[in-house]
Amino acid sequence: MSGMNLTLRVWRQKGPDDEGRMATYKVEDVSPDMSFLEMLDVLNDRLIVAGDEPIAFDHDCREGICGMCGMVINGVAHGEQRATTTCQLHMRHFKDGDTITIEPWRASAFPVVKDLVVDRSAFDRIIQAGGFISVPAGSAPDAHSVPVPKDSADAAFDAATCIGCGACVAACPNGSASLFTAAKITHLGLLPQGQPERDSRAKAMVEQMDAEGFGGCTNTGECTVVCPKGISLDAIARMNRDYLSAK
Amino acid sequence: MIDRGEATDSVRPPAAHSPKKPTKPAAKTGRFTSTNGKKAVMAVTGAIMVLFLIGHVLGNLKVFSGAQSFNDYAEFLRTAGEPAVPRRTVLTLVEIVLVLAVGLHMWSAISLARRAAKARPVKYAAKRKNQAGGYATRTMRWGGVIIVLFLIWHLLDLTFGVANPAGSAGLPYDRMVQGFAPERWWVTLFYAVSLVMVGLHLRHGLWSAVQTLGLASGRTRKGLQLAAAAFSLVLVIGFLAVPFAVMIGVVK
Ligand code: HEM
Ligand code: SF4
Ligand code: FES
Repeated sequence: MSGMNLTLRVWRQKGPDDEGRMATYKVEDVSPDMSFLEMLDVLNDRLIVAGDEPIAFDHDCREGICGMCGMVINGVAHGEQRATTTCQLHMRHFKDGDTITIEPWRASAFPVVKDLVVDRSAFDRIIQAGGFISVPAGSAPDAHSVPVPKDSADAAFDAATCIGCGACVAACPNGSASLFTAAKITHLGLLPQGQPERDSRAKAMVEQMDAEGFGGCTNTGECTVVCPKGISLDAIARMNRDYLSAK
Repeated sequence: MIDRGEATDSVRPPAAHSPKKPTKPAAKTGRFTSTNGKKAVMAVTGAIMVLFLIGHVLGNLKVFSGAQSFNDYAEFLRTAGEPAVPRRTVLTLVEIVLVLAVGLHMWSAISLARRAAKARPVKYAAKRKNQAGGYATRTMRWGGVIIVLFLIWHLLDLTFGVANPAGSAGLPYDRMVQGFAPERWWVTLFYAVSLVMVGLHLRHGLWSAVQTLGLASGRTRKGLQLAAAAFSLVLVIGFLAVPFAVMIGVVK
């Protein structure tokens, strides 16, 4: 079986200060079983052989759990496949002859480092601002020493699946980081261990989100659709509630 | 595999951003000036305006019980509270609250829209595909602008009467009937378009407000969205019933 021939329009930017531009590449003989990143690897190999600079993109686990591999594919963060990170997206979802546009996350708080790589440390600073609990350091506590209702445990776990990829920001027409921030606030706020800092956490994390230059949420719901972990808008409602009622 | 050392030769630690201290120490955002706070202001002021619209549409429907009833109702608005308080006290208070609500609502809408524009300075080259939001969600801002323009016209026309054939001296009922007279079809058209905008605005705005105030949850969200759509539809029909009734001569 012969592979697909694709045309890629890719954002190329030499560094943070470069203006950047779209460049067009042909990739031949792409196997439908390749992942999207493998397809880029193939292109990069050819670029290197041709003496060109390969396309820089972030990736690490390639199994959908680390959150490194963000790119906007044909205008949709992580591509059109739902609940899927770019690394888990397979080329069988594309057709021979397709033109695919690939861009980095676009947000002033996520400056482009190079090509498709953006600096997401704004997320780290949001976490630093309040995404923690106070724990007595020392040996691990006994299991079940603090009972957690099953519902809360499940919902907290769902929120905790956020991998910090930033797709929610990329997809949001306002460039808002609400879904990410809310996922963390929900994850910790639902658990007994998260109660002591519940108020200060909501305030500090929202303030940091604002200070980083992210936009405000207008409940468009674009984020939850592209989120590879399906974090729901419930998290944002909860963040709003915690923030507004914080003392 | 990509040798990152080579692939990223021009990568420097993004100096301007690590660790990012906002260049202008981001104006310390208080409870009401943070993004979430402004949204809450928008939700509460929006809710106040919705309460007003409910009262307004119910009052409008009085034209169907005749000129007397409608004019009496308009008079009641001015005399409410008498004799405990002077004429127009209650009405003036309501007007003040509404002006404040509109002002604060627009203030938050504008400052959040400007923040959103700054948050995405470089647009996507691929036409962004809306994955979730409908038309109502995307037209909140421009729809809001149309609503304000309409509001100004509407006040000039039917409240102050300066843009109305019956003039400011006319009775409210006459202003209504002459304002929407068939030869002024363009007024009715503008009114209809604006009200559809109001309907769309509320279709998203109503459930969005509940979400913004943190009162929505997964179980209620679908229901809320349906309720918002149903409410908006009924409201728009209620408002449009009057000018169309005048236009086709049912009310004259
Ligand atoms: C004066 C012109 C207006 C402008 C510029 C405006 C603009 C906006 C914007 C930008 C939003 C946020 C949209 C979003 O969350 O996606 C909004 C929300 C809302 N608006 Fe307006 N609007 C206007 C008038 C009105 C009026 C007259 C009403 C009520 C009758 C109203 C009711 C609401 C409600 C209930 C919300 C929801 C608040 C929320 O999202 O939390 N608005 N408006
Ligand atoms: S909420 Fe979803 S889209 Fe946003 S960072 Fe977390 S996993 Fe990624
Ligand atoms: S590379 Fe880790 S999630 Fe895609």
